[in-house]
Amino acid sequence: MMIRNTMMVSGLAAMVSAAPAFAQTEVEFWHAFTGRLGELVANQVETFNKSQSEYVVTATHKGNYSETLNAGIAAFRAGEQPDILMVFEVGTATMMAAKGAIKPVYEVMADAGAEFDPDGFIGSVKGYYTTNDGKMLSLPFNSSTPVLWVNRDALAAADIDPDVDLSTWENVGGVLDKLKASGNACPLVTAWQSWIHLENLSAYHNVPFATKANGFGGLDTELALNGPVQVKHIQTLGDWAKDGKFIYAGRRNESGANFRSGECALFTESSAGYAGIKDEATFDFDVRPLPYWSDVEGAPQNTIIGGASLWVMAGQTDEEYKGVAEFLNFLSSPEVQAKWHQDTGYLPITQAAADLTREQGFYEKNPGTDVAVKQMTTNAPTENSKGLRLGSFDQIRGIIDEELEAVWAGDKDAQTALDSAKKRGDELLRRFEQANR
Amino acid sequence: MEKRVTFKGIWLPLLLVLPQLVITAVFFFYPAGQAVYQSLFIPDPFGLSMQWVGLGNFEYLLGNAYYRASFVTTAVFSVAVTVVSMGVALYLAVLADRLIKGSGVYRTLLIWPYAVAPAVAGVLWLFMFNTRVGVVTWYLGVLGYDWNHVLNGEEAMGLVVVASAWGRISYNFLFFLAGLQAIPRSVIEAAAIDGARFWTRFRTIVWPLLSPTTFFLLVVNIVYAFFETFGVIHTITGGGPQQATTILVYKVFSDGFVGQDLGSSAAQSVILLVIVGALTILQFKYIERRVHY
Repeated sequence: MMIRNTMMVSGLAAMVSAAPAFAQTEVEFWHAFTGRLGELVANQVETFNKSQSEYVVTATHKGNYSETLNAGIAAFRAGEQPDILMVFEVGTATMMAAKGAIKPVYEVMADAGAEFDPDGFIGSVKGYYTTNDGKMLSLPFNSSTPVLWVNRDALAAADIDPDVDLSTWENVGGVLDKLKASGNACPLVTAWQSWIHLENLSAYHNVPFATKANGFGGLDTELALNGPVQVKHIQTLGDWAKDGKFIYAGRRNESGANFRSGECALFTESSAGYAGIKDEATFDFDVRPLPYWSDVEGAPQNTIIGGASLWVMAGQTDEEYKGVAEFLNFLSSPEVQAKWHQDTGYLPITQAAADLTREQGFYEKNPGTDVAVKQMTTNAPTENSKGLRLGSFDQIRGIIDEELEAVWAGDKDAQTALDSAKKRGDELLRRFEQANR
Repeated sequence: MEKRVTFKGIWLPLLLVLPQLVITAVFFFYPAGQAVYQSLFIPDPFGLSMQWVGLGNFEYLLGNAYYRASFVTTAVFSVAVTVVSMGVALYLAVLADRLIKGSGVYRTLLIWPYAVAPAVAGVLWLFMFNTRVGVVTWYLGVLGYDWNHVLNGEEAMGLVVVASAWGRISYNFLFFLAGLQAIPRSVIEAAAIDGARFWTRFRTIVWPLLSPTTFFLLVVNIVYAFFETFGVIHTITGGGPQQATTILVYKVFSDGFVGQDLGSSAAQSVILLVIVGALTILQFKYIERRVHY
């Protein structure tokens, strides 16, 4: 560590002495990506650094989403915060409530005099990170939304037409019956159960997940995830679990391995699962929109996003903020976004990037990749489908996971479990409200 | 009766223990004091503001049924890990002690797992017991047993206990083996000549002479089960299902680093501090009396 620091310092010194009249402003960027995504981020940063000479962005990997957020918080407490911090969507309320620790993106852009058009961003993507009066607080970076992945070979093996209509849960139920009857051991699996089967379910059916416009309206929000639509859906899944039609493999995306190996027929997972499935699947697959309940009025509305956004931290120099503004503008430019969208399967954050991707013929060559984009953009988001802004939400998701597990195990019925999730989650929301008063 | 060697003066002894005192103050008293102080507030994560709540954090915690249940979970878990890891280690050490040929290889193999980091050990066990693709799960399925630790709390507890105890067996094995080899052969041989069979020799000679080692391992293993099994639980179950494997330390992490609720997290650390202090006193007061040095 010591040695590396010394080396970095001497390296910097060499750079400075080589170009004394041209001191570059350094912009620090902490992110949570490794592997292929990490490489893609490194490419973006390199391209930016080469494109101009005033600023140099240094990107640092700080662990997974939770670890990156904690690193950012610890660094802020020590007065060593980076300029840009990547925070996952469930940390949004935490960042928003920390008024003295962040500098909203709209302010960064205005102060730097940078060109910035918030209307160019896709409504249901930016909505998650925007105040009720339309001010963008953080820049959406990687966003995805849940879709239904279908193993066409598994359907065919059960004598089901692979093009069968799976747009509603009613139809899915029928297909699951047939799969089960034909001896399929894994008809349906899911990743991220709370995100897909409660948070997105609520938005998609235009019912609230929490009061006060899902928390956008104030810290005194309460969970509302125990309404009739949610209870019906979870009870149905619970019944399917009992009959062996829905298989539970874990809280995160453990089930992805089962689907990619060809074991499972249907899989609800993020649209960003594309790269992995395309790489590994040796069967014929396709992407469908997330199913909805046809008897719920207003469905399908639009789904909400998951992923992360970039927050600008407070306490930096104006020079650095100018660099930040330039970098954020670079990231949201159509070319950079379109490439990111096509490389990763994440959603484009601007309409221009989506249009560019279409012009480049990407969707034609890769059928199904636009399902998520359409699902997000067909309807203008409502109060219930803009996103969620709940404190301690990472932990609340843990509580929801526990209660759902009780339903899958047959220990509780859906109503009891969701009532209990609401009660326990509300306690955490009250703690959060108190901490941020 | 006892012969005591005493030093005159106070300065030299003080100087000699000073480094230890400084280390204790800096690395123990200061952080512990901070935890006690923080447990009286609800701070926001960024340290921008703090609200005095007195004992409010403790009230909130102890009023929570899941937190109270976590005490029982912790007790079950620590006892199970300690008993399993020490029991198996003692058994293996006794066997190794009697071994004449190839004991080096045997010992080396037994010591290996200690080099595996807890989180890695967790992942290894997780792969074997994965509910869909695990090797062990598959064999259990062949035998007609449907293993599913993601939904079954008892199976989850069993799995984290085994995974936590596994690496620990090596450590305990080393100490037990050393303890066994320190027992004079002549004593055992004398008993054998008197007609004592293996079990009698073990019960009346080996076990009592081994008691200092056993006591030391008991203390160390309980502390291990309390504080160092975090990695295993984090990788295998994340505290689930339905908090069946949420031990107290895991909850400190989860509230502090997932929930960013530092007040509650600090209060839990204080409670842990009290529990471990009490346990140590108990052990030294009651169990140590039965130890023969």
